[in-house]
Amino acid sequence: MSIAIDYAPPARRLRQQASRDDLVKLGFMAVIGLYLIVALGAPLFVMLSKSLSTYRFDLSAFEFQVSDETGANWATAVTADALNKELGVVAKKDLATNSDGRLAVTKFFPQFNFRSPVHYRIRGVTDDAAFLVGSTLEKGTAWREYDSAAFRRVVLRPASSLGIENFKTYFSTPALARSIYNSVLMASISTVVTVSIAFALAYALTRSCMPLKGLFRGILTIPILVPSLLPGIALVYLFGNQGVFRDWLMGYSIYGPIGIVIGSVFFTLPHAFLIILTALSVADARHYEAAASLRASKWRTFTTVTVPGARYGLVSAAFVVFTLVITDFGLPKVIGGQYGMLAVDIYKQVIGQQNFEMGAVVSVILLVPAVLAFAVDRRMQKRQVALLSARAVPYAPKRNVRMDGFCFAFACLVSLFILGMIAMCQIAALVKFWPYDLTLTTKNFAFDLMDGGGWAAYANSIKLALLTAFFGSVIVFAGAYMVEKADGFRFGRSVFHFLAMMPMAVPGMVLGLAYIFFFNNPANPLNSIYGTMTILVVCTVTHFYTVAHLTALTALKQMDPEFESVGASLKQPFHRLFFRVTLPVCLPAILNIGIYLFVNAMTTVSAVVFLYAADTKLASVAVLNMDDAGDIAPAAAMGMMIFYTNVVAKLIHAVVSRGLLARTQAWR
Amino acid sequence: MRHAMSIEPTPTSIHRAADQGTTPSSPYLEIRDLWKSYGDFVALRDISLGIGKGEFVCFLGPSGCGKTTLLRAIAGLDLQTRGVIWQGGRDISILPASKRDYGIVFQSYALFPNLTIEQNIAFGLENTGRSKAEVAARVAELLETVGLSAHGKKYPAQLSGGQQQRIALARAIAISPGLLLLDEPLSALDAKVRVHLRHEIKALQRKLGVTTIMVTHDQEEALAMADRIVVMNHGVIEQVGSPTEIYRHPKTLFVADFIGETNQFPARVLPDGQVEIGHSAFCCPTDGFAAGAATTAVVRPVDIIPHGAEAHAVHSLDRPATPQNLIDAEVHVMEFLGMFWRTRLTAPRLGDRTLVADFSVNAVRRLRIETGGVIQVEIPRERLLLYPRGI
Ligand SMILES: Nc1ncnc2c1ncn2[C@@H]1O[C@H](COP(=O)(O)OP(=O)(O)O)[C@@H](O)[C@H]1O
Ligand SMILES: [Mg+2]
Repeated sequence: MSIAIDYAPPARRLRQQASRDDLVKLGFMAVIGLYLIVALGAPLFVMLSKSLSTYRFDLSAFEFQVSDETGANWATAVTADALNKELGVVAKKDLATNSDGRLAVTKFFPQFNFRSPVHYRIRGVTDDAAFLVGSTLEKGTAWREYDSAAFRRVVLRPASSLGIENFKTYFSTPALARSIYNSVLMASISTVVTVSIAFALAYALTRSCMPLKGLFRGILTIPILVPSLLPGIALVYLFGNQGVFRDWLMGYSIYGPIGIVIGSVFFTLPHAFLIILTALSVADARHYEAAASLRASKWRTFTTVTVPGARYGLVSAAFVVFTLVITDFGLPKVIGGQYGMLAVDIYKQVIGQQNFEMGAVVSVILLVPAVLAFAVDRRMQKRQVALLSARAVPYAPKRNVRMDGFCFAFACLVSLFILGMIAMCQIAALVKFWPYDLTLTTKNFAFDLMDGGGWAAYANSIKLALLTAFFGSVIVFAGAYMVEKADGFRFGRSVFHFLAMMPMAVPGMVLGLAYIFFFNNPANPLNSIYGTMTILVVCTVTHFYTVAHLTALTALKQMDPEFESVGASLKQPFHRLFFRVTLPVCLPAILNIGIYLFVNAMTTVSAVVFLYAADTKLASVAVLNMDDAGDIAPAAAMGMMIFYTNVVAKLIHAVVSRGLLARTQAWR
Repeated sequence: MRHAMSIEPTPTSIHRAADQGTTPSSPYLEIRDLWKSYGDFVALRDISLGIGKGEFVCFLGPSGCGKTTLLRAIAGLDLQTRGVIWQGGRDISILPASKRDYGIVFQSYALFPNLTIEQNIAFGLENTGRSKAEVAARVAELLETVGLSAHGKKYPAQLSGGQQQRIALARAIAISPGLLLLDEPLSALDAKVRVHLRHEIKALQRKLGVTTIMVTHDQEEALAMADRIVVMNHGVIEQVGSPTEIYRHPKTLFVADFIGETNQFPARVLPDGQVEIGHSAFCCPTDGFAAGAATTAVVRPVDIIPHGAEAHAVHSLDRPATPQNLIDAEVHVMEFLGMFWRTRLTAPRLGDRTLVADFSVNAVRRLRIETGGVIQVEIPRERLLLYPRGI
């Protein structure tokens, strides 16, 4: 008979004795968790607090006393505020400053003369009031006495306070605030255009019998292999001031919205295409048979079966494209002209005006749409998975000459667009002066003669890409393994997973700026990596962490969860199982992570543009800088070097994968 | 057919022995007051159980009743919320899985896909101070034991489900564990292979003498293989006993219903060892029930004895029928199920309720039972079981 006790007895929770494996795993997880906190959480937090920090000279916080010429008798103490009210030397609006602000105290003493025997005393009214004497920082309420010569070198430091002043300033500066509208507009238009084209292409590839599908797939993924600057450069050559097809624009300029949209479509197309292709590929043939048996028209089948089936894919693709466009920096930098975009604003504020607080404000604003898009996308992904797990019968299209011909023509058109852009850059890189002097030359590849870093930058990029691919794969896979396979520490694991998902929502520019704030602080013990290759690797691994993490997680989830249990029951340490089984089985996924990180490290501009130093210039940044300096042909040439490198890397990856698979995956 | 006609010891005496859940000698594995909750949900409720050395025990119960949870607690894979587990005189309650002494086979087999069959079996042997030759010899021996010597160099994906199952078994016993845990090891196989492997596993277990716990939701499997069955429901043990005890003397209505088929009737207890079903009285053991108690009376279809068309034709039996338990019934439906006939009867004395009875082919022929006919059947006194109503 069942015992009718319906409550658990008072809980005296048991704790399992930790095995050595558990401790090792815990240690690993702590290390990688710490990595993510240092490389992501802490920098973002510092940036957020920067955006809320305002700096202002607080004149009422300083008091002065002046002696007579003997230096023995002192006048009564008076605050700087009182002196300023009397003299009006500093206007109220000039009291607002940034973290670097300095205000010379001699301003408040019209009779000041550095040769005078008069002595001055200064002290803070509060403990935080700070001032500099030369470069020595003084603080506190004790009086300090200086002769005139020394007093000349005393400057006040601003007080910082938390508040939304910076945001108020931002929104009351029309040129800046307008960027929000511009960015959203560009991202929206690009999203609609890209997703439409991508859907048509994916539809053609999955629902028609057109020839050369493999080739088209290959061509459509080309834009992933080049920096987003490159379509900008191609557009300059095609439609810019000297462009051959300039007249096509009927007087409109390519520099601005038109260029941004065309370029964005180019570099986001592969992402949208691959997502929608996956969504359409899992379509269930049974639905089509049902539709056919109901004698539904083509159009009705399309609107009631195809589109809803791909719905989550479409939404997901739309958010990915939107995020990519709104956070991209390279393209609008090259082709945007005077058209303000958020990502470029960050660059201008930080690099151009050294206004770090305002850069942080724009970053926070840029985080909003990115985080929103990310959150919605995650929800969609979850539902997509539910859709996928239903056992579907794959759909096999039937021949239809008119439809196939139409699809083929459309795919050719899009391929022409992609190849045309690449070809334009290739030609520009190889001729003397497009379009006037078409003699072939290699002078555009003489990077060492231009600003930007020369061939050393190219070498640096390869080094960065290799290091990122290697260390990134190791860190990402180890991290994913801990999330998926360690038992217990549930809280730690979910925090870890959350941190791993975050980089997806953090635009590169924001990450780069956050790194400046965090690492370029002398008080930070990690300050020494600032300006080295290490910080570039750390930043790039972090920037592209999420997709790699998800890839690793997917591979690990496909493994039987009981492997670990079997290993433990056979009294084998977890690392033995890891190296004998987990790693070999996941090797293809790890190689995919490696190549993904490599390609992205080669092409990325946004995060690293804030972090490179004189001896760690990068090829992608060189493209940017040469373009900035007007050396557009060499910029195109460097962009093509990146493209070649990625193509070669992809080929090597394919060969290595195949070779390794043949050797280690005989069981498949 | 599984119904012996001999008279069994009274149910209550068996129940008392089973209550303790212990075997005569001190048990090899002992679980005391074990609870497991997931948040507010209690998956295991106050489980106490003893398992003797060399015993083959089945955890049997419907899906979701907590069998796997209990097995995983024993294995140290999911720690119990509270309670203690002793194995071989050692308190293993909070030991990590790797410090316990068992081999385990999962429903999915969890064979390592990238290792050959030999490497799979050798996995637990390497790294233990054995020489390469010793390991190879042991692997060969195990392959021989499970009858797959020819397949050592293959990968798991190249073997059939049944073969993979045996490899998983070989890998689990490779390290000669004191305890073998099997979680639904046969449920992924098709019926034929399943029956075949039942015998193989049982034979292997006998040969090795290893204490074994097998989880299953298939009552036939449990009845055929186990020395003792632990019937579970909703996280509690309903009954522990040998297959025949469980089958013939189910301690609760749940057990009666879960194992084998039942006819169930509302019944009221009368004085003098009788119950009222419908509007008439039947004899049955009423120990432990007060007169007037509302109960459910249960009789298994196989226990109903056909007596043919003529009244009082009670010959051929070695035991007199209780006249009160003889009823006239009309045969409504007859269904031939190969080894026996399943019939649906209606009897006025049962208040025109349907009574399902299984008759042997032999009896049907001899007594000329046919659809539409009226026959006399007996509900044997000691096979009519009573359970409190509403549980
Ligand atoms: N990790 C878990 N979290 C929450 N509930 C669980 C978990 N594992 C099992 N359960 C619940 O515990 C109950 C018993 O599960 P289980 O032991 O797997 O049943 P079975 O008898 O089929 O093997 C089920 O209701 C199941 O939903
Ligand atoms: Mg189970």
